[in-house]
Amino acid sequence: MQYLIEILPSLMSGAQMTLSIFALTIIGAIPLGMILAVGLMRAKTWLMKGVHALLTAYIWLFRGTPLLLQLIFVFYGLPILGIVFDRYSAALFAFILNYAAYFAEIFRGGFAAVDRGQTEASMMLNLTRWQTLRYVVIPQVVKIVLPSIGNEVINLVKDSSLVYVIGLGDLLRAGNVASARDVTLLPLVMVGVIYLVLTLVLTLGLKLLEKHFSYYR
Amino acid sequence: MLELKNISKQFGGRKILDDINVTITDHQTLAIVGPSGAGKTTLLRIISGLEQPDSGTFIWNGIQTTPQQLRLDGIIGVVFQNFELFPNLSVQDNITLSPILHGQDPKAAKANALQLLAQLDLADQASAYPFSLSGGQKQRVAIARALALNPKILLYDEPTSALDPALRESVADLVKQFKANGMTQVIVTHDLAFADLVADATLTVKKQEAVD
Ligand SMILES: Nc1ncnc2c1ncn2[C@@H]1O[C@H](COP(=O)(O)OP(=O)(O)OP(=O)(O)O)[C@@H](O)[C@H]1O
Ligand SMILES: [Mg+2]
Repeated sequence: MQYLIEILPSLMSGAQMTLSIFALTIIGAIPLGMILAVGLMRAKTWLMKGVHALLTAYIWLFRGTPLLLQLIFVFYGLPILGIVFDRYSAALFAFILNYAAYFAEIFRGGFAAVDRGQTEASMMLNLTRWQTLRYVVIPQVVKIVLPSIGNEVINLVKDSSLVYVIGLGDLLRAGNVASARDVTLLPLVMVGVIYLVLTLVLTLGLKLLEKHFSYYR
Repeated sequence: MLELKNISKQFGGRKILDDINVTITDHQTLAIVGPSGAGKTTLLRIISGLEQPDSGTFIWNGIQTTPQQLRLDGIIGVVFQNFELFPNLSVQDNITLSPILHGQDPKAAKANALQLLAQLDLADQASAYPFSLSGGQKQRVAIARALALNPKILLYDEPTSALDPALRESVADLVKQFKANGMTQVIVTHDLAFADLVADATLTVKKQEAVD
């Protein structure tokens, strides 16, 4: 018990890093993913077809390679091209781009699942494209994608531990350091418990959100 | 009066509508009938501006126009075959969304919606969500939503298809009631008996023979 209290401060500062990577990735990647999904909708003009092709390539790249590799490339590789990030920014950059690619795919599916007739009905009511998105389509998309977004959000909590590879001190790293120094697994058990608490809180929050959206079908 | 002249439409090289003329006379009810696959819905979508004809002209009160313009001017209201109510909005909000976004005072929009709902025997459903309504109730909400924008012409696609046969008469009564109030209506249906019940004029769309 005494020992646990001793290592708690270092674990907590690690947890802080984990949480800040987590929160900022969510704040950056969800809106970005939604915007990208709008860009992925049916392309009519040549310009839009070009955008569409670029976005498809980007999603393929970020979903087709490990996040760990992307982190390494952003932090150690991009400086070769003259683009230098500090560790924390590099982590956020890689995480946001990676998760936005997943979210874009999820939102794209959500947009596709909203009946085309809804847009046509909006058109006949003389709503603008933006009003249609804002009041008719996006509210329905949010409800549709919530479970898939929830899965990714839970994954993100655990994925955030990958930042150790570019030398950031997150929760798992704090546990590892203490464990190696004191030759005991106890810190890692604590780390596991903290991850469980985090994912439990998120799961409950997501359940509440889903419940909130159950007022219609 | 809305006239469509020489409307033609193909899908993938297959002729659906061939040189169709439609005259929609003020305060009358026009039925568009024909067998399944003849192109009735396609014609309704062309009148609404949701589908672009390959050729043809639109004349509104003697002046050439486009269906897009008619839509922007709020001339045309549509009751879709599957109603297309917005599931995320209550019945009342389905009706008031567009009027409020177009600048109507929310209180006035709400009062108007409640009045329309009362006329359509839906006064107690204002705060319900579409999923909880019956087919007939959904249809009347769709009608109220279209009427809230005061269209000059109201189009219906197969208004009896999603309903219990027993409700056919009540839809017919509604159409007649709107007609008595001066509304111009176009009803697409394959139900000839229903067309007989409500229509002042009937346009038959023939199924185009496959050409090789
Ligand atoms: N967007 C489209 N692309 C290709 N073909 C289409 C399209 N819309 C309609 N068609 C075809 O055009 C023909 C006419 O369709 P339409 O829906 O207008 O018929 P309808 O008279 O309304 O039939 P029903 O009584 O079954 O509703 C059909 O063969 C249909 O497959
Ligand atoms: Mg049809």
